[in-house]
This record gives sequence, C-alpha cells and structure tokens, in this order.
Amino acid sequence: MSTVMLEVKELRKSFGGVKATDGVSLEVIEGEVHAIIGPNGAGKTTLISQLSGLQRSDGGSTVFAGRDITRLSAPARSRLGLARTFQITSVFHDFTALQNVALAIQAHSGHSFRFLKDASSDQVLTEPARRRLADVGLGERADIPAGDLAHGEQRQLEIAMALATDPKMLLLDEPMAGMGPADSADMTSYLKSIKGQVTMLLVEHDMQAVFQLADRISVLVYGRIIATGDPQSIRSNKEVREAYLGED
Amino acid sequence: MKQLMSAKGIFAISVVLLCALVPLISAALDNTYWPGVFMRAMIWAIAAISLNLILGYGGMVSFGHALFLGVGGYAVGILAYYEIDSGWIHLFAVLGSCAIIGLIVGAVSLRTRGVYFIMITMALSQMMYYLIISIDEYGSDDGLVIYNRSDFGLSFFSLDNPNTLYYTIFFCMLGALWLCARIVGSRFGNVIRGAASNETRMQAMGFPTYRYRLTCFVISGLICGLAGMLSANVESFISPDALHWTKSGELIFMVVLGGMATLFGPVAGALVFWLLSEFLPQLPEINGFRLGEHWHLIFGPFLLLVIIFFRRGIASLFEREGARP
Ligand SMILES: Nc1ncnc2c1ncn2[C@@H]1O[C@H](COP(=O)(O)OP(=O)(O)O)[C@@H](O)[C@H]1O
Ligand SMILES: [Mg+2]
Repeated sequence: MSTVMLEVKELRKSFGGVKATDGVSLEVIEGEVHAIIGPNGAGKTTLISQLSGLQRSDGGSTVFAGRDITRLSAPARSRLGLARTFQITSVFHDFTALQNVALAIQAHSGHSFRFLKDASSDQVLTEPARRRLADVGLGERADIPAGDLAHGEQRQLEIAMALATDPKMLLLDEPMAGMGPADSADMTSYLKSIKGQVTMLLVEHDMQAVFQLADRISVLVYGRIIATGDPQSIRSNKEVREAYLGED
Repeated sequence: MKQLMSAKGIFAISVVLLCALVPLISAALDNTYWPGVFMRAMIWAIAAISLNLILGYGGMVSFGHALFLGVGGYAVGILAYYEIDSGWIHLFAVLGSCAIIGLIVGAVSLRTRGVYFIMITMALSQMMYYLIISIDEYGSDDGLVIYNRSDFGLSFFSLDNPNTLYYTIFFCMLGALWLCARIVGSRFGNVIRGAASNETRMQAMGFPTYRYRLTCFVISGLICGLAGMLSANVESFISPDALHWTKSGELIFMVVLGGMATLFGPVAGALVFWLLSEFLPQLPEINGFRLGEHWHLIFGPFLLLVIIFFRRGIASLFEREGARP
C-alpha cells in the first residue's frame, strides 16, 4: 500500500481577473517523482508558491504527511519537511556557498535568538553543510561567495540548500532553468541519484529530464490539471498533445 | 590578529586611539574645546552604529531613528524635571521606554516594505515630535533644561567630572561596536542579513523572519536610546529637535557616508560628519563670499561625491578589494 505524501484539494488562486490556480487537486505518493508540465503562464510557479506557503490560497486544502497544513505559514511548512527551490535562483550572493547551506541548516536547528556566539565557526552548522556541498559536487567551491559561482553551480547550490535539512518532500521549480545541455544532464543524474529518498514534485520544461525522472506526470494548463498519468500515457494522450506537447 | 593588521584595522585602531587621547592632549594644550566636539561626535557614532544594525545589515531603512535619541533624552529630562536624579532609574527608564516604543514602531512598520517602511518610520517619529511639542509642561518646543546629571551614586564615578563623562561615552561607543560585531556574526545576525537580501527565501527555508527583524529593531532602538541618554547628560538639555526627521536624515547620511554594513563605517561617518559641520562654518571669506556661512554648499556636494564614488563610503577606502556591486 503506498502512502500519500501530499494531498491537494481544489486549490485556488486568482490575481485580479487571472485564475492562476483554478481548482487544482493532486496526490503525490511517498517516494515518487511527480512531474508537473505545462506551458508558460500555466500557473506552475504559483502552485509551488501556494504549496510552500509563500502565497496564500483563495481556497482549497492541503494535507502534507498526514497533517492539514492549509493554514500554516511558509516557515512552519518548511520545518515540517516541505522544502522548495526557486525558478529564479535565490541564493545569498554575499554568503559563501558553505554559509548558504549552513544557513539552511540553521533554519531547522532550534531558534536563532543567539546573539553573541560566532555562527561561521559553529561546527554544528558547517560540518553537515560541507557534506551537503560535496554531495552536489560543490565541495571544492565551499568558500566562494555564491554570487561568484557560475549559473549552473548556483542551481546546484539552490538544490543543496533545499536538501540540507533532509526534507520529506521537495518542490522543484524548473531546476534546469537556464542550464546548458551538459549541466542539465548532470542535474538530471543527480536528481535520479536521490530519487526514492525524497518525494519530489518536479516542475520542468526539459522534457527529456521529465521523461527520465518522473513516475507520474500531471499536465497543467490555465490553472487546471487536464491529465495525470504515467509518462507513457501522457505521451500518447491526445488532449495533452494538442494543448501542450504538440505546440512545443 | 591578521584582521587588525589590515588597512581597515589600522585605521579603526587609530580612530579609537585618537578618541581615547583627545582629553589628554587637550589637557596638555589647555584646550577645553575638542573634548566637547569629540563627545558629541562619539554619541552620534553610537546612534549611527545602532542605525547601521538595522539599515546596513538588516536592510530596514528607518527614516525615524532619531526618535530613540529623543525618547532616551526625554526619559532623562522628564525624570530630572521631577528631581529624580538616580542614574539607575534613568537607565531603566531609557531602556524601558525605548523597548516599548521600539516594539510598537517596529511591529507596525515592519509589516510594510520599501518606501512604505521609510514613510511609516518617519511618520511615527514625527508623531512623537508633535506630541512632545504639544506638552507645555515639558517645555514644548523650547525643550527642557536638565539641572542634574544622571547620578549613579558611586563615589568614584560622577558624570559631573568632564573626564568621567568623556570616557563613559567612549566606552559606550566601544561597547556598541563590540555588541554590533558579535550580533552580526551570530546566528541571529545571519537571519537579519539573510532577510535583508532575500526574505522570501529565508521564509521558505524555515525562518519566521518577522520576529527576528522586530527584535533587531528593538535592540537598535535601545542602543540609540542610550546615545540619547548620554546626549542629555552632555548638553544638560533636551528639546524636540533631537527627534526631528532631519536628525534621522543626518543619521542615515552618517551611516551611508561611513559605509553601510561595515562595522566601523558608522563611527567614521559620524566623526567626519561632525568634524566637517564643526570646521566648515569657520571657513574664511573669499572675494566677499562668506564661505563659512554657506558651508552647506560644500558639505552637500561632498557627501554626494563620497556616496557616488564609494559604494561603501569611507570604509571602502580601506578595503583591499572593492565591494562587489
Ligand atoms: N504575483 C503575481 N501578480 C499577478 N499575476 C501573477 C502573479 N504571479 C503570477 N501571475 C500570473 O499568473 C499566471 C501564472 O503564472 P506562473 O505561476 O508564474 O506560471 P508558470 O510558472 O506556469 O509559467 C500568469 O498569467 C501570471 O501572469
Ligand atoms: Mg514558472
């Protein structure tokens, strides 16, 4: 029996007249990679932001790991083990790669009302951070300011930060955005290597990556999910081909 | 140690040494003028250090920070008016009132961003300004004369002694620097700096940023309130001018001039700002044009040039590599 990690019911969000999320219902099974594809402006980023708690929903409910999180704030959701990455790289440019990951770890290691002790020499934070960086292949780049890293490296750092606190589930918003084919392939194989250890909701445009990684795919068009199924059935779904794959 | 030997470190140490030696040098020269100038400059430095904590490191551009200078000053002034001279009570009142007002102002203003934050902090401090002006009992816009300095009841420590007063301010400035350095490098400081650069990411990572920013705002207000208390003791006077928005503007100028988000920048900024505003009015008459009287004509462009050419203000002169744009 597979358990449901994330259960979304009738989620809604409008910006003025635009229905960015128009009654989305979705189930993500523990351990699976569930991809969301859809054209630009379909509402993928909005959906991720609602799930992570950064955007308030107009309606609907969300249950995560058996808990109703509909009313929880973003930090509270994060602490329950629901992590996300950003389509637009959101690393801290003035912090080194190591400090970026250490910051993510700090977020989940008790409160931060500690005013006097030096944090950058705190091994409780830096040791695991170093290991995480090595995991994503940034071990050598630990002491470089994040702003000086190459784009591909920043994307890796983005993932390392989200994974730093062993989340139960990862919401990935176009992790390959802006990457060349080589970096893209690296990222795909990295995500493949962690597949099964963490449940993933993967928003991605790179179809090759999606078909390699996803156990199931949902197609989002104009804020509605028009089809959900395994990669084979999505590939052959007529409606999907017309609405999305055909246009590509 | 290595840090202290850098250009930045040497500059910082020389400025601190200069501040430490001013009373000795001027005693030797029979001069009573300079200690007064430096005392006031150091008080502004403390206020600027406190503003830098929220503005430089925390990205909270408060245009009402002089509020705390005024509240600190009036806490002393009003108590002294009722002939309560105990320095301990003064200190308690200063910290208490600044904490409460910091909590209220912060709680309201930190819900907004950008220009709104600037406007709300300014509006709230102006409200206090007009409130004080409306109270005739406490001198309205004429201010309050403080007849007795804060008395801590210690035989070896009296603020009536000019040297004691001077070095109290000096050590308060060092204390503020030390505290700021520790806070910035701590876990708390990480949250403050992280929230300044990308608050959304901080929340997504699990930081409830609001409570940390609010705490930082209050800490900053407390330090600034202390500067207000010291100022009241130096001037033996407090007036609503202390918290007028132009004072808040000057504080911002000092921080930007010295270098935002640099530890020592606010001290450098406050000293240069204060010394220039002391020197420039004494400039001579050139071709019938009284330069000294129109010293703002030099002061303004000078500040502007520093800010345009040095992103991190005076502090960038002492950084080995330029700050990243
Ligand atoms: N903050 C916002 N304010 C107004 N409209 C928005 C906002 N965010 C997204 N939208 C609109 O919602 C729709 C979905 O956007 P988005 O979720 O970014 O799509 P996707 O990630 O699939 O490209 C678009 O029409 C977009 O213009
Ligand atoms: Mg998007």
